[in-house]
Amino acid sequence: MDIDVNKVAMLARIRLTDDEAAELGPQLSGILGYIETLSEVDTEGVAATAHPHDAAMPLRANVVTNTNRRDELQASAPKTESGLYVVPKVIE
Amino acid sequence: MPFSSLSEIKSRLDAGETSAAEVARLYLDRIAAHNELLNAFVYIDSKHVMDQAEASDRYRAGHEARPLEGLPIAVKDIFCTRDGPTQCCSNILKGFHAPYDAQVITLLKEAGAILVGKTNMDEFAMGSSTETSAFGICRNPWDTDAIPGGSSGGSAAAVAAALTPAALGTDTGGSIRQPASVCGITGLKPTYGRVSRRGIIAFASSLDQAGPMTRTVRDAAMITAAISGHDSRDATSVNDAPAIDWLGACDATDMKGVKIGRPKEYFVDGMDAGVRNSVDAALAQCKELGAEIIDISLPHTGYAVAAYYVIAPSEASANLSRYDGVRFGHRCDNPDDLLDMYTRSRDEGFGSEVKRRILTGAFALSSGYYDAYYLKAQKVRTLVQQDFIKAFEKVDIIATPTSPITAFKLGEKSDDPLTMYLSDIFTIAVNLAGLPGLSQPCGFANDMPVGLQWIAPAWREDVLLGAAAAYEHATDWHTRTPSGFGGES
Repeated sequence: MDIDVNKVAMLARIRLTDDEAAELGPQLSGILGYIETLSEVDTEGVAATAHPHDAAMPLRANVVTNTNRRDELQASAPKTESGLYVVPKVIE
Repeated sequence: MPFSSLSEIKSRLDAGETSAAEVARLYLDRIAAHNELLNAFVYIDSKHVMDQAEASDRYRAGHEARPLEGLPIAVKDIFCTRDGPTQCCSNILKGFHAPYDAQVITLLKEAGAILVGKTNMDEFAMGSSTETSAFGICRNPWDTDAIPGGSSGGSAAAVAAALTPAALGTDTGGSIRQPASVCGITGLKPTYGRVSRRGIIAFASSLDQAGPMTRTVRDAAMITAAISGHDSRDATSVNDAPAIDWLGACDATDMKGVKIGRPKEYFVDGMDAGVRNSVDAALAQCKELGAEIIDISLPHTGYAVAAYYVIAPSEASANLSRYDGVRFGHRCDNPDDLLDMYTRSRDEGFGSEVKRRILTGAFALSSGYYDAYYLKAQKVRTLVQQDFIKAFEKVDIIATPTSPITAFKLGEKSDDPLTMYLSDIFTIAVNLAGLPGLSQPCGFANDMPVGLQWIAPAWREDVLLGAAAAYEHATDWHTRTPSGFGGES
């Protein structure tokens, strides 16, 4: 299968260099070609897996347990100011 | 001492023959001597290790020892720890310090364990050889030109060379069992939902599970017992998992009445003949121990890898969307605008295997392809699960090779992603079905260790441990040590 690797990369918000795109394109086609063997399997009437054990997810009380740890959480951010994350201008 | 099991070290500590500080010093010295060659550890803080060990000795002086009191355990770089960096061996998380401990880290600390450091891994746990690590390759102690397996290759190499008596790994498609197999140690992947995933950097959330990598079956049980249990902060952690006798299960010395299934799909042409012979010899030994070997079929086995390489990359592409250069991780220099910041930060931060998987997932989930890829794969996943459910109507446990091959040479498969993916052919179905699996050493082929994989029904780690303990009791493969690391007797 031929896929437009740059289009998929843009969906994934990754900008590939030309060399990367040239290498990844055929590799992805190979991987997807292998994956297409799934079409041999008859899945008529089979339910898609939602959870490996069909387990019910336990509920908990809807109460606030978090404390304010903003400074600690923002310590790893590339750029902050006055407790806010700084990013390039979004709105003109 | 260095090649002692956790249980042996525990006995010596309990008897007062050694101290946690002495044990910690011994392994730190071994790390200093051998890690430059192996690159099994990517982060060590010796002072912090000694502080923990001395605190454990003080605790022991005034209290009853906790289950893992004073025992050194290394953890894969995927576990968030307050102490030291957590980088998932990726440049996009270079320098990241987690603001909290993963639940399993908290539980290890509460059990008295000494956290030794962070071990090398494939970037974001995506790989089977630890060659995709951004922090350099890791070597197999049995042949330092061979891969240690992956993605928990650093943990496996560290235990195999006795740089630590035990380690934690994670297993999404075989990442505990396959490196344990190729490094000649024991590795256990618990039932999905048994161990909390909170604070484990997510790869594929419906498949990821943490577990121990150890020298013996009992050691694996000790650690799994300590890290298991419901965590209300992980929605997929189960709160009604049947309680089992973790250590009692390891007292088994025979297999009388145990029905072992031998699935024909796991003994195929193309696998290494030496691996096949070792595993068949192991099954013959199980028969002598009283087990009944029953031929079974898991007919959808051949489609498990294909289903996995849709499901895991799809989940990964969603999970890894959080690395956008805003809240943490790498941001490119001088972005033109927001889109430029996202796309360039991610191109610079992620390695090529991670990009391959994100792109595979993004494609499988994209408009017009979702039904044909993701939905189809999740249906095939159901069939893979049903294969196991049917098999367990006839047998108690299933035995297979862990990997179709022994450790290959570094660089041998790194240019061919698809061939690399197929090296996980015998471990992936267990993750798709959420079952517990264990790999233990069962011989050698090509002078390299071979792993025997046990697969049990969901929540029956006791069955897994019982079979593995009985086999271990009757054999001495688990006592073999690689040369060059001071373990020669």
